[in-house]
Amino acid sequence: MTVAPVLDIRNMQTVFRIGGRDIAAVTDLTLTVEPGETVALVGESGSGKSVTSLSILGLLPKKVGRLAQGSVAFRGKSGETRDLAKLDAEALRRVRGNDIAMVFQEPMTSLNPVYTVGEQIAEPIRIHLGRSHREAAADAVRLLADVGIPDPERRARQYPHELSGGMRQRATIAMALACNPSLLIADEPTTALDVTIQAQILDLLARLQRERGMAMLFVTHNLGVVAEIADRVAVMYAGRIVETGRVAEVFAHPRHLYTKGLLRSVPRLGEASALKAAGTPLPTIAGAVPSLSNLPAGCSFAPRCPYAISACSAAVPPLTDTGDGQLSRCIRWQEI
Amino acid sequence: MTAETPATVRSASKGPWVRAWGRFSSNGAALAGLAILVPILVLVISYPLWWPYSPNDIDLRALNQAPGPVHWLGTDGVGRDILARLMQGGRISLTVAVVSVAISIVIGFLVGAIASFGGKVVDNGVMRLVDLAMTLPPVIFLLVLASIAGTGVAPTIVVISLLSWPVLSRMVRARLLELRERDFVVAARGMGASLPHLLFRHGLPNSIDILVVYATLQIANAILLEAGLSFLGLGIAPPEASWGNMLNAARSTVVLEQYVWQWMFPGGALVLTVLAINFLGDGLRDAFDPRSDLN
Repeated sequence: MTVAPVLDIRNMQTVFRIGGRDIAAVTDLTLTVEPGETVALVGESGSGKSVTSLSILGLLPKKVGRLAQGSVAFRGKSGETRDLAKLDAEALRRVRGNDIAMVFQEPMTSLNPVYTVGEQIAEPIRIHLGRSHREAAADAVRLLADVGIPDPERRARQYPHELSGGMRQRATIAMALACNPSLLIADEPTTALDVTIQAQILDLLARLQRERGMAMLFVTHNLGVVAEIADRVAVMYAGRIVETGRVAEVFAHPRHLYTKGLLRSVPRLGEASALKAAGTPLPTIAGAVPSLSNLPAGCSFAPRCPYAISACSAAVPPLTDTGDGQLSRCIRWQEI
Repeated sequence: MTAETPATVRSASKGPWVRAWGRFSSNGAALAGLAILVPILVLVISYPLWWPYSPNDIDLRALNQAPGPVHWLGTDGVGRDILARLMQGGRISLTVAVVSVAISIVIGFLVGAIASFGGKVVDNGVMRLVDLAMTLPPVIFLLVLASIAGTGVAPTIVVISLLSWPVLSRMVRARLLELRERDFVVAARGMGASLPHLLFRHGLPNSIDILVVYATLQIANAILLEAGLSFLGLGIAPPEASWGNMLNAARSTVVLEQYVWQWMFPGGALVLTVLAINFLGDGLRDAFDPRSDLN
């Protein structure tokens, strides 16, 4: 890796102030995204994956959430590297949409119902890049064609409610790509879509990324999606990254029991009926995710972990290199 | 994907304004409103060009004259031409109504915006102020304001607009609070939208239904408020004509019973105008909502 990463998050901590107490939603998060690379952030609801993406962009709910510690070094289109955690609100606003764009989960509601699709895509082009109305409108049509929407001239003049869910998600992707960002944050972009459309959108994202050499941070809870799109994966549990590495390696040889449990819990085609015949339920991870306001001492997964020993509860295990750049936050990774 | 019917292709290739007009013009009531309002406005604005009498000309040979070939709508007790006064009164009444509604919409929207985007403390402060403004008894508030501001067109506009914005600001605040959490607003923030941009590109167009409905109801209300104020001698003072102070001629039983034309024409004009504006407002609200195509 000779090229510097596009995004280099170091020891980031995000806290929410709830009931007069600071509760850490994300703790000690270190993550890099290289140019042209896709990094997936996986975890259950409440594991901190969406909070991580909002922290990067400074979109945390005001007064409640804040980025308490750490740095978020980001290299923009100009080639200049800045710490997003230290930028003021106005400078951060200029980064959003221009250098870093975001695609959200709900294509049904993430477009404004009163503007045509074309207008909404043209808007960031006009504002961030200073193009004229006419140029921006032409760019919008080109982008719509780029994201695989047939008859883009006509679609550009339509309102969001006249497009199907998959089309709308394509349109929001076109909007995100409008200013040619160097990093795309996709927060569960396929979760609200049905499976065939999901596959199309994933292919589209992969193609666009290849063509533009854009880095992508892909937030999801779907391991199948991770396998399909990501180069590297970071598994989050209770606000911490518990395991990270290349997707193939992490999936083939998980070095943390949480990852292992997650992978085992994915139902496979044909397996369910076999399990049903055998009378055994689908494998799950026993127990529940601990409350962030009341985390157990040491490894937060220890209470649910069959391998847990007393040392696990003594201190939070550090991320340990298990070879090949794979890191695990488990003190007994060698035995897994 | 390619097998669309020609009809959808045609309708979808039109621009948003053409389509808004299409939605508006398919509403019969709205077109009727427009058909009533436009002639009224044209007549009111152009009357000095085609009518020989001016509103304060006194014709002593024609006191309380019934409608006829010379004075089409008759004359009042001091011999002034009713048609001329009706037209001039329309200018005053509509100016007062439209300008005061415009002012109260600006105040109401901005106060609502400040409350909804300013955070908890600001919101509470502003809303208590609105509560205070709403609990003031309107008639007494009007009288105090009017006695401070005085009579005439400008003071009447000020008084009416200061009285009518609190309701709107509450509705706008509620709408913006809801919009603020909507995904497309969050997405716009993610795309680097600034606060004014959020407010005027996303907030305002999505509140247009509230504003249009409020404006149409409030124009009617403002015309009536103006009439009430004029009746009390605090709005438009005679000899200046307004629909309000012309109507007040009817407080004399003699006028009410024997000189029907002196109050019936301004009353009719008022009813017709308010009705037309209400129909128009209804049509505008639907025209501004792209989803109403679906119904």
